Amino acid sequence: MSQAWVAVLAVGAGTVVLKSVGPVIVGGKPVPPRLFGILTMLAPALLAALVVTEGFAHGRSLVLDARLAGLAAGALAVALRAPIWAVVLAGAAATALVRLVS
Amino acid sequence: MRKGVRVATPLVPAAIALGVSFGVLARASHVSAAAAVLMSATTFAGSSQVAAISVLGGGGTVAAAVVAALLLNARYAVIGVTVAESFRGGVLRRLAESQMVIDESWALSGGGTPRFDRRVMLGVGAALWVGWTGGTAVGALLGGVIGDPSSYGLDGAFAALFLALLATQLKSRRAFVAAAGGALIAAVLTPVAPPGIPILAATLAALSGLGDA
Repeated sequence: MSQAWVAVLAVGAGTVVLKSVGPVIVGGKPVPPRLFGILTMLAPALLAALVVTEGFAHGRSLVLDARLAGLAAGALAVALRAPIWAVVLAGAAATALVRLVS
Repeated sequence: MRKGVRVATPLVPAAIALGVSFGVLARASHVSAAAAVLMSATTFAGSSQVAAISVLGGGGTVAAAVVAALLLNARYAVIGVTVAESFRGGVLRRLAESQMVIDESWALSGGGTPRFDRRVMLGVGAALWVGWTGGTAVGALLGGVIGDPSSYGLDGAFAALFLALLATQLKSRRAFVAAAGGALIAAVLTPVAPPGIPILAATLAALSGLGDA
């Protein structure tokens, strides 16, 4: 079995377990209402962190590269209330364009 | 579920396009088409798959690739707990349904709020799974013909995708505070911690939701 297969199977199995932890083990039990204040803020905190890592992280360093153009184009599309697929397309196109000319 | 599929519709073209890009990337990194499709079907988490394949393609070890991907997906353990209450039925059913919990389906179905709708989440997840896995198959079969997907801006597309999802969440001042906190934590930790840890640590910014009635 090639190395790639080992990685694919290990990542797949590990991710299945990570996703199922809550629903399988905690499943069905009510969440204390106070906890909801925190949980509601998880999405913005997580998604903002993902914007930073996907947009600026390169290994362990923060860099400004063509992805910045992608984020700017994406932000413009969001501001214009474009559908999500258009935002993603704008991000890809701007990133590719800057890479092409630089 | 039908509502979920409808909610997911604007995202499906993006999922297909990103899936195609991932398939091409996998082939460019000497991963077979079958392995790429199996990865999309089982892992079903784009950024972690791109991370694992990038590590392998860059000559990294299998262990490094697996650890990087699983650290990136560690947030799903947290996300899963936030929606655990609404899952019903036996262990197998909950196990199967939990696989549809991803950033997009969770964020678009009110994840982490009292309005969370499991069936909408399942619909969004299923629609995106089909697009992502199918796209990967197309990309993996086309791979080699197309060339290096980073020149198409795959990485910029992921950044824009998360920005678009973030925008749907910024409905209150507290949400802005949590987002700013999460971004700051991720930025500060990126240079000093392995990939994945900054994202996991950013969940601490949600503590700004404490004190909310």
